[in-house]
Formats: sequence, structure tokens, C-alpha cells
Amino acid sequence: MASILKIIAQRLALGVLTLFVVSVVIFTAVNLLPGDFAQAILGQGATEEAVNAIRKDLGLDQHPVSRYLSWLGGAVQGDLGNSFAQANFASFVGSDAGSGMASVAAQIGPRFENTMFLAGVTALIAVPISITLGVLAALYRNSIFDRATNILTLSSISSPEFFLAYILILFLAVLNPMLPSLSNIYDGMSFGERFEKTLLPALTLTLVVTAHMMRMTRAAIINLLASPYIEMARLKGLSPMRVIVKHALPNALAPIINVIALNLAYLITGVVVVEVVFVYPGIGQLFVDSVKIRDIPVVQACCLIFAAAYILLNLTADILSILSNPRLRHPK
Amino acid sequence: MTNISRRGLLKTGAAAGVLAATGMPVSAMPKRGGTLRLGLAGANTSDSWDSRTHSDSYMIMACHGAVFDTLTQVAASGELAGELAESWEATPDAKTWTFNLRKGVTFHNGKAFGADDVIESLNMHVAEGAKSAAKPIVSAITEMKKMGDHQVQMTLKAGNADFPFLLSDYHICMYPAGQVDEAIANGIGTGLYKVESFNPGVRTLLSRVDGHYKDGKEGWFDSVELIAINDSSARMNALMTGQVDAVNRVDFKTEPLMKANPMINIFEVTGNQHFTFPMLTALEPFNNVDVRKALKHSINRQEMVDKILLGHGAVANDIPIGPANQYFASDLPLNDYDPDKAKHHLKKAGLDGLKVDLSASDAAFPGAVDAAQLYQASAKASGIDINVVQEPADGYWSNVWLKKPWCACYWSGRATEDWMFSTAYETGVPWNDSGWENARFQELLLTARAELDSGKRRMMYHEMQALMSSEGGTVIPMYANYVDAHSTKLTNSGTIGNVFQMDSSRLIERWWFA
Repeated sequence: MASILKIIAQRLALGVLTLFVVSVVIFTAVNLLPGDFAQAILGQGATEEAVNAIRKDLGLDQHPVSRYLSWLGGAVQGDLGNSFAQANFASFVGSDAGSGMASVAAQIGPRFENTMFLAGVTALIAVPISITLGVLAALYRNSIFDRATNILTLSSISSPEFFLAYILILFLAVLNPMLPSLSNIYDGMSFGERFEKTLLPALTLTLVVTAHMMRMTRAAIINLLASPYIEMARLKGLSPMRVIVKHALPNALAPIINVIALNLAYLITGVVVVEVVFVYPGIGQLFVDSVKIRDIPVVQACCLIFAAAYILLNLTADILSILSNPRLRHPK
Repeated sequence: MTNISRRGLLKTGAAAGVLAATGMPVSAMPKRGGTLRLGLAGANTSDSWDSRTHSDSYMIMACHGAVFDTLTQVAASGELAGELAESWEATPDAKTWTFNLRKGVTFHNGKAFGADDVIESLNMHVAEGAKSAAKPIVSAITEMKKMGDHQVQMTLKAGNADFPFLLSDYHICMYPAGQVDEAIANGIGTGLYKVESFNPGVRTLLSRVDGHYKDGKEGWFDSVELIAINDSSARMNALMTGQVDAVNRVDFKTEPLMKANPMINIFEVTGNQHFTFPMLTALEPFNNVDVRKALKHSINRQEMVDKILLGHGAVANDIPIGPANQYFASDLPLNDYDPDKAKHHLKKAGLDGLKVDLSASDAAFPGAVDAAQLYQASAKASGIDINVVQEPADGYWSNVWLKKPWCACYWSGRATEDWMFSTAYETGVPWNDSGWENARFQELLLTARAELDSGKRRMMYHEMQALMSSEGGTVIPMYANYVDAHSTKLTNSGTIGNVFQMDSSRLIERWWFA
């Protein structure tokens, strides 16, 4: 067990380093984009005087390096700074009377919860479906069922997300009005309503992630089916289903878990397009809006959340695959 | 509608009451009830209830169109009516204006509305460090005097016959004096609807105020939900699947599909919104009037309307004044597409051919790059070689507009001629994007501003438009319509305002469920 704790510690330290690098890259990238917050927000009305006034208010007139360092200083203390979008308007009246959303944390918090809800619903649908499909495909490999599943999942993963989204909207919302095409969830909605509104984006994401997980399950199991111990199980006269579920699957868990973790991370970070199409108020939409107006603190925070999701889920996957493998669990 | 005497209207505002009463046809009787759900583009995470910062449709509808009121308003018919001001009168030089405020009006927090609120709300625009788009309007006021609890007198630097018109601007909303910060934070106005919840860039929920001064005239919905849907396909889908009752900015590409749906009505008005190609007239070769004339005759305006706007617009004649303006000169000779005339003018300028750069980006207006390419193709026949330079959309307004010699641009237009001209065509103003300087034009601009006689003003504005059309440095090929759509469950008085999209942003106040 000690070795696992050591691995966790090492990986977390590396993760923090990665986050640091990510934040530098993002900060540089956003600064390289033409235009800044002041110009974006003023648009056609961007007179020299007004642009400079906003830059001064927000500290955008300082050197990028010193701006980054002051942001970093706050970030390590858990303060992600203030969103330009709201901070700027607070300064119009000379007091901090914004809509109480000036801090990045306050702005991201509810959006993050929504994104997690969507990811959760999707995971609940996608993971069982893809593992079941994978097992069945391995069981009936090279049959019509196997081929049909493969073709369907591969074509859905190969289509762009917005296309899948529109297909689902067409069939489930326009032609057969069963589900709402608008996922504008908000506080105070009952769980049932929220779930109903989330269903279409969740189904879209399910189509996107299923192929990867299902194919990995299938491949990992088929890989094991050639092993001598599986042959032994067969010789014992066990049913094919039992051989796969009891004997093959536990040993195939490590790669499957890895793929699932990767896809879960994708559910948090890759939802931008789906959120925009369904008007789902998650972190992806906030990210798009913030990039559009060059709201650097919010963009930074979103990217850090995305990076952290990848790092943590990968770490979880590694730990779980160690735990699922007795040889790694008890190293000599 | 432009034949009503503006003199009487402007000077006394006596007609305001009459206009309000005639705004409703007898055939349609409005009724109370229901929740209106709007799917709107133009929402941002930076939205707030500070009307000074508003520039996009979502907040204009929520703030100016529902929660807050202005002193005056432009009725659906295009005439000026009173909102928080009941009537107004001017001295003959149009310099001193006295506004009589409506009595018995309260803010959503219970505070009574009066003269102090007007003075403080106007001063917000000229406060130190304020970045208000209405600053030029308010800074023209030299003195504001409280003549009583419900009367304010304003003295202007120079006479301006349009002054009450300018106060209908959506930036100049009335806030409660001494509680401005709170009102901006929570949205406390005098409007028909009060804020229940506000999530910038996502959703706003409003509910009808009980006992309002507009009772019986406007405000038929019990509550209103404004949903931010910036993605145009998602917005159209939301209307098609009945999840919202109306949407703004209909996507021209899907418009035929929506038209085919019997549950949906498209409503379209031609307002003052126009797309332009301003050239910096101080620079070679645009400093030559004949070069400008050659370029004006080298663009196929009808083709632009057909291909760029897909028919949702009208041909414009190089003037920034549109059908929603009072003194629009629709009878001027059209600068038609005529390569021979263009060649003639080039010759007069002493040129055999012409090679110019035209900077464009879709940030200027949707389809600007395509429009520039169409221009390039049509100008070939006149021996003009237009090199289309595609500029990045980011920073377009800072790096290209007003900087590059010739570029694409758009203007939403202004409610009055003087306002439009003094924003972008007066000598020396910062947004004069063609650097247009013309002594006669300038003289007329100043004279017309202080003239209260409607007939004289009409003649002066006509001459100014003729000057711009023949010699101006801006090619204005088209007016772009405001195209919105609503479910057939909704209905209206039959007259739709054309100052801005969605019934001049006042759909929430004026419409009802059939």
C-alpha cells in the first residue's frame, strides 16, 4: 500500500507542475490573440480614451509578465481573481455593486456543477451501455451483431458532435416531440425536469464516447480469450458468457478503466460544442463566451479545471488499474 | 406618418397622449396572461443592469424594453411619445427644455419617481470615468434645474430641436436617485416588469408589476423569461419545437424552413440599419470626388441585397438616413451600377484605371467579405481593380476601422438625422469614419439642429442627404432588415416599430397572447 501512496504523491506533484505549465501556455496564447478585453467589450465604440480607461481599471496596461505573476500569486492562495466581464462594470459606478458575480469562483461555481451533472448523467448511460456492448461483441465476435455494433459506434464517433446533436434534435425533438431541444436548466428546477432537459445533450455525448469504450472492452477481452487459462475454463465446460464475465473481464479491467477515465475527462472538457448547441449553461459555454471577450481570468480558470480533470482522472485510472492487478498490488 | 407636424409635437408634446391612444387598432383586443419565453441572441456574461453599457439586443430588451423606462419613447408608428415625461416644451431657440414628469410613478422598491431621479440618472452619463455611449447627448446639457417635484428644466449648449427624441435612447434609463448602485446590481426601475432572477449571459426572469401607469395600455404578460441563445441554429430550433415564443435575428439560411411552418410567423422591418464601405477622404485617391463617384457607380446594389442579405433588405443610396427617419430623402437619384459613368468619372479624375485595397472581415457585418468580393467583381467592368484584404475579426474595430483607407463597416442607424450625422459625419467627430468634411454640409447641420420648423428642416436635411449621396466618402449599398420570428400564439397591434429589432425592443411591453 505504501508504494501506491508514493505513486499518488508523485503524480500529484507532477500534476501541479503540469497545471503550472498549462497556465503559462494559456496565458501566452490568450495574449497572442489579437485584441484584448477592452477592445472586445467596446467593439465599434473603442475609442483610444475608453480603451485606455478600461485597461487601466483592469491592470491590462501592465506588462504581461507582471500580470501573470500577480495572477499566479493569487491562484496559489486559492484566489482565481475577478472576472473582467463583471469587475469592469462594477467600476462604472465607482463601487463594487456588480451582480455579485465579480469573482471567477462565483461565476464558474454553478456552471461547473451543471457540467458535472451532465457528465454524470452521460456516464451513467454511456459506461454500462458500452461495457455491455463490448462484452456482447466479444462474445458474438464476427457475428452480424458484432459488425452492426461496430459500424454504428464507429460512425457515431466519426461524426462531428454538432451533427449528432442535430440528428438527435431532428428525430427526438422536431419530428417526434419527446424531448426538449433546449437544455436551459436553472436553479430551482426539480430534479426530474433537470434530468429531462439534460437527456438530449447526454445522449449526444453518449454517442460520442461509446465507441471508444466499447471497442476497448471488446479488444481487451478478445485478447485474453487466447490465454491458456481461458482455454482451461472452456475445457471445464463453462458457458461462454461465464467464461467472459467471470474469467476474462476481471483481467481486462485495467485497459478498460483507463479508457473510461479518459472518456470521463472528455465529458468534462469536450462538452463545449454540445453545450453551445443545446444552450446548456455549463462551463463549456462560459469558456466560449469568455474567450470571445478575452476575459483572461475566467479562461485561465476554465483551462485549469479542464487540465485538473484530466490529471485527476488519469491518476484515478492508474490507481484503479494497479488495484485491479494483483501483480502490481503486491510487487516483490 | 412623417406628415404630422413635428413642430407641434416637439414643442409641446401635447400629441403624446393622442398617439398613445391611437396606437391600438380596434380590431385586436389585448388580454392579460401567460408567460412569454424569448430566445435571444446578443447575451454576454458581462451583462448588467447598467444601461450606459448596453449595446446588444438581449440587455436592450430586458432593460430598456421591460424593467426600466426612459423619459420619452418612439411609438411603434415612429412618432415620439412620452414615457416617464408626460409633456415637454421648448423656448423658440430650442435651447431650454422643460419636461413635466408623470406623477404617481414608483420604482420597484417603492421609491417615488421625481425630478431628482431624472437629474441623477442623466448625470450618470457624464460622471468622472463613466464610459457611456450616451455621453455626447448628456454633455450637451449645461444646466439641469429642478422646478418642482415633477418638473425639470434643461438648458443646452446650443439649440437642438431633436432633444426630446434623443432622450428616448435606450442608454438613458431612469434610475432611483441615491440608490443607483443598488438599482444597477438588482435591476430596480420603473418599468412594467420587475426582476425575479438574473443570470448574466444565461437567463432572466421578470414578473409583471401590480398597478402600473401603463395598465390597460401595455404589459399583457404575467411573466417573461429571456433565454440567452447566441447560437443561431439552437435559437431557430427552440422556436420550431415550441420551447420559446419568439426569437430575434432569424438565420436567413433557415428562414424558408421557418416560413413553411404554419405555427411560425416571420416579422421583418426595414429600419435604419445599414452596411457601409467608408473611405478615408483625406487620403489619396479618395480625396478626389471623382474617384468616389466612380466607386459609387461601380457597385451593384441590388445584387448585394439579393446575395448578401438574401433579399432581406433594401437598396441604399450612400446616405446613412433610413426609412425609420423622419426626413429620409427617398426621392434622390440613385447611384446606380453604371460602368460607363464610373469610367467617365475616372477620366475626369485623370486616371485610366484604379487599384485600391478594400479591407473586410465578417466582424464588420455578416457577409462583409463576400460583399467585398462582389464589389471587386462588379468594379472590374469600370476598370477598377479592388484588392480585397481579408482582416481578422478580432480587433477589427480597433485595428482596421478608422485606420485602413477603405474598409467595411456597419451602423445601426439613429432615430434622428442630426444624431446620425453628428455621430459619424460631422467635421472632426471621433467616429467620422470617412473623414468627411464639407463646409455646406457642416453649415446645414448646425442650422437644422436648432430649427424648430419642420418644413425648413426637411429641406435642409434633404440637401444634406443629396450632398452625401453625390459626393460623400462612404459607399452605403444597402439597408439590412430586422428579421425576427414569433409563434402564432403571440399577436400584436399590427404596427411594428422599426427603430430596432423585436418591435423596437419593446415586444415584451406591446405584445400579448392571442
